[in-house]
Amino acid sequence: MVEQSIGKSVLRKEDLRFITGNGRYTGDIDLRGQTYGYFVRSPYAHAVVGEVDTSEAQSMPGVVAVLTGKQVAEDELGGLPCGWMIHSKDGSEMKQPLHPVMAATKVNYAGEPVALVVADSFDEAKNAAEYVSVDYEELPAVVSTAAAQSGPDIYAEAPGNTCYQWELGEKAATDAAIEGAAHVTRYSLTNNRLIPNALEPRAAIADFNRGTEELTLYTTSQNPHLARLILTAFVQIAPEHKLRIIAPDVGGGFGSKIFVYSEETALAWASMKLGVAIKWTAERSESFLADAHGRDHVSEAELAMDEEGNFLALRVKTTANMGAYLSTFASAVPTYLYGTLLAGQYKTPYIYVEVDSVFTNTAPVDAYRGAGRPEATFLVERIVDLAAKELGVDPAELRRKNMIQPADFPYQTPVALEYDIGDYEASLNKALEMADYAGFANRKADSEANGKLRGIGLSCYIEACGLAPSALAGALGAGVGLWESGEVRVNPTGSVTVLTGTHSHGQGHETTFAQLVASRFGISVDDVEVVHGDTGKMDFGLGTYGSRSLSVGGSALSVAADKVVEKGRKIAAHLLEGDVDNIDFEDGEFRLKESNRSKTFQEIAFAAYVPHDYPIEELEPGLAEKAFYDPVNFTYPAGTHICEVEIDPETGVTEITKFTAVDDFGTIINPMIVEGQVHGGVAQGIGQAMFEQCVYDESGQLQTGSFMDYCMPRADDLPNFTVGMTTTVCTHNPVGAKGCGEAGAIGSPPAIINAITDAVGVRDISMPATPEKIWRAIQEQRA
Amino acid sequence: MYDFNYHKPDSIDEAIQLFLGAEDGIYLAGGHTLLPSMKQRLAAPTDVIDLAGIDDLSGIEDVGADLEIGALTAHDEVATSSVVQSGIPALAELASLIGDAQVRNRGTIGGSVSNSDPAADYPAGVLGLGAEIVTNKRTIAADDFFTAMFETALEEGELITKIKFPKPEAAAYIKFPNPASRYATVGVFIARTGSGVRVAITGAAPSVFRSTDMEEALNSEFSVEALEGITLDAGEMNSDLHATAEYRAHLCTVMAKRAVLKLL
Amino acid sequence: MSISVQLKVNGKSVTLDCPSNTTLVDLIRERLELTGTHVGCDTSQCGACTVHLNGRAVKSCTILAAQCEGAQVTTIEGLGDTDNLHPMQEAFRECHGLQCGFCTPGMIMSAVDLVHREPAINEQVIREGLEGNICRCTGYHNIVLAVESAAKKMRN
Repeated sequence: MVEQSIGKSVLRKEDLRFITGNGRYTGDIDLRGQTYGYFVRSPYAHAVVGEVDTSEAQSMPGVVAVLTGKQVAEDELGGLPCGWMIHSKDGSEMKQPLHPVMAATKVNYAGEPVALVVADSFDEAKNAAEYVSVDYEELPAVVSTAAAQSGPDIYAEAPGNTCYQWELGEKAATDAAIEGAAHVTRYSLTNNRLIPNALEPRAAIADFNRGTEELTLYTTSQNPHLARLILTAFVQIAPEHKLRIIAPDVGGGFGSKIFVYSEETALAWASMKLGVAIKWTAERSESFLADAHGRDHVSEAELAMDEEGNFLALRVKTTANMGAYLSTFASAVPTYLYGTLLAGQYKTPYIYVEVDSVFTNTAPVDAYRGAGRPEATFLVERIVDLAAKELGVDPAELRRKNMIQPADFPYQTPVALEYDIGDYEASLNKALEMADYAGFANRKADSEANGKLRGIGLSCYIEACGLAPSALAGALGAGVGLWESGEVRVNPTGSVTVLTGTHSHGQGHETTFAQLVASRFGISVDDVEVVHGDTGKMDFGLGTYGSRSLSVGGSALSVAADKVVEKGRKIAAHLLEGDVDNIDFEDGEFRLKESNRSKTFQEIAFAAYVPHDYPIEELEPGLAEKAFYDPVNFTYPAGTHICEVEIDPETGVTEITKFTAVDDFGTIINPMIVEGQVHGGVAQGIGQAMFEQCVYDESGQLQTGSFMDYCMPRADDLPNFTVGMTTTVCTHNPVGAKGCGEAGAIGSPPAIINAITDAVGVRDISMPATPEKIWRAIQEQRA
Repeated sequence: MYDFNYHKPDSIDEAIQLFLGAEDGIYLAGGHTLLPSMKQRLAAPTDVIDLAGIDDLSGIEDVGADLEIGALTAHDEVATSSVVQSGIPALAELASLIGDAQVRNRGTIGGSVSNSDPAADYPAGVLGLGAEIVTNKRTIAADDFFTAMFETALEEGELITKIKFPKPEAAAYIKFPNPASRYATVGVFIARTGSGVRVAITGAAPSVFRSTDMEEALNSEFSVEALEGITLDAGEMNSDLHATAEYRAHLCTVMAKRAVLKLL
Repeated sequence: MSISVQLKVNGKSVTLDCPSNTTLVDLIRERLELTGTHVGCDTSQCGACTVHLNGRAVKSCTILAAQCEGAQVTTIEGLGDTDNLHPMQEAFRECHGLQCGFCTPGMIMSAVDLVHREPAINEQVIREGLEGNICRCTGYHNIVLAVESAAKKMRN
């Protein structure tokens, strides 16, 4: 009997290749006869593109071709689409200016591709790129999110640079509740713009085979099938059945590798045009300029309460930056992934949110770890904290008092989502204990005795992930379904090949999914191989983002595994000469009830493929099943994060002395992997709260264009993490899992800012709370 | 990087000849300033003259009143040298704070000093200790060496061969790093020498400088209190994304006090 | 300009002609096809390209191949292999010190040099010693545990 591994910290199967340098990332792949691509990018944030003279570049050594955005337009390639239609309050559709694969007549952000040089070597391509002469007529740039709507129009079709003006919730009831409330807390805030900076820069290799008319595209994608659909249906690069997209090992994504970008698209088009394979790898400075950025909201919020501190209403007005173009998911992030989380863990009866999304002459902004939910959580958990301070109430108790209780589930929020299950007080209590919240006063006294400030802050977050029920998503504007595919192929010798439409780029699916399937069949994790990332190998799937892989992809595998067991029972019934209803499957064995007769999983597998003694009249040979799983709801991970800081008032330097995260992710397959996701998410949350900021100057030039200026958290910037779990099993998927990939980045920033403002004794400090900002706040406080 | 002619001379004379004979020559020491800027295509020399083949340019020697450190000595060697740790521990400490471990295995003192990066650490040590920069043709006092941002008194082709650090009675270096680049936002080097206190500050201004205000105060009384109320003029200081001039001016005093505290 | 360089990589002698502007990481990845060493940035900060040069951890993106004449270079492939893992490699796996794996070879090479150099290994020494290596996935918590664990084995 093989011990089942659900809930066990099985060491990762994928590690062997990574720790020995045998990973195979896109940049590691070379094709015979490949050429190299290098992009000519606009130095201006906003300019008319006049003549593009490629003649000198074309004559340089090693150059195969120089292709321009004008040629893209001549070939009538579709633009890069945004896959989520949002309607404004007045019913009109969001404005979708053409997002050209390469700019033809106008550039709208600094770094936008204008031409592609293809050459025999990387250096030759880069050298020639300097000789592509572009006539730019510079235009004034619109850069500020807050001021975008009063700037000059970037697009004639989007007056006031407004993409849409969206709303959710009940305006009249919310306004009335605020009007009559005993207490209203007001908060103006910015959610700072971030640059994802996965360690592996984006890369692609496009390889058009003239003989088979097939295009193979290697790309650093989190969702190869979705990329294929977009490239074929919208950009019309090639017929879908003639395009194969392979995402090999991908070195981190955090959302930035979901989207279909100019570069791989231009490469695909160029490869078909030229009949050569073309390889492109981003230099880090290109990643800064042209990867989709994240966050970038400016908001006003009001929280109304009665005399006892019960929340009555929340009203929010947000301006969200889309950047120069709508990236693939962009429109959904500040709407359905944001507004719908404004209830938080609380029973607030009335909520109304307005979101104006605007265009600016900056890089496109789209989902980045948490995608909308960090923005919502930051707002809610900061305003609740401010309310507590204003009312003179303990921040934990104000939250507790307003929490949705276990008996209230399923709980319909006023912002569309229905939470299925949760126990928020359980995580709150556990976090308070693990963080020794009660002992804070003593530690604070000790810090003060040493001339330091000390603060503690919490965040009781909830998020919605496990995207998503297709019909619901469609009703809300999604252009695709958000189900997931899973195939379980039992091999004749009893090992199993699992094919999934999700794509692991650090999350450990090769291990977790193997655990899921191996446990179901009572076989060893070593006998299950998980395959992902190649449209030529597995069915269409929607990929990995939005913490959906286990809850949706794992569920598909669970359903497929059930089908395998069902067929296995029929085969066993035949072999054991019994009735299928009397066949049990447990611990890897099919057993005839009330007998000592059984067959192993391996024996049944062999029988399925060598059907000599087999119910061939009723049953086809083979033992391979698939499922397409459409979730019935989002999933709702939730928990409490508590951050404690000590600040040196002379410099503002802040040390996180303890960070506690207690999360409810439902069923946990591999605790080690889940904790790793929490660590990484919290690290990015700390990055947002204390270190990272994407800065453009007024002319739209990126000031933070390298690691010299964009502050990535290093090992000596971060503390150890204290991680705990509470569990309420997800009610609506077969795995019972909620997903855990993003929660760390969602729950942590408000806990950190709450702690810092608590330490300093000021109302607010904007993110990132750098030492200088903190020092200045301390000076002002003392003045 | 653009293409270039690579040379690896055996002697200082050969190196200088190659430099002077090149259309646009540059010396290569550890390469951790030069190579990144060549990769960015900000520097495009026609000739790169690698100094690593020249004997006697690296090494640490205690010659009694001074420590002599060869120009091509890597930061890690200075940081871990028992000679430096006993002779001028603050200098070993300073070297251990440069960049990161990998950078310290390659970057050299000569490369750092001749570059005069406003945020580099070594200039504070060189100026703070009143060192002497020995080149192929003369000796230049630290006070005369750092002239402006990224500029020094070195003439065209002149090569630093070693730096002579007089051993102080005591010294300390306190660095407030830029969280992104890990260069010095402010770095204060204080030395108590036979001829008084020297306070050298890097990171704050376009070039490393001595604070005469702080030196005067500490010469009257070497105490943390002596620095109370001294705020350097933010007017000339650097201001960027990471730190305003005002904050830097404030940090100068804070770091100086911490350096003094270390020496008490 | 074309130069000729002779060096040892993972114990094997190599003689190559290459352009003078070839970096060590280019030589390793493109000429020797050892793709375990990665390029993650262009400002010599991320550490993904870290290898050992004459036994010390260096950023191979910031060294010319020309500067490696006569040198011994060890890449991740030379540290240990699938049949015979180095204790640091094993520790990274045991402690879940990697997720996407991209920073991992450089991180492991840095960590090995750290353990060789530092007299005492503790959390602070590790966190400071790995300043030159950026990880975006793990938050470093498990990397610290991996290095602590490996250090014990390496010092026995």
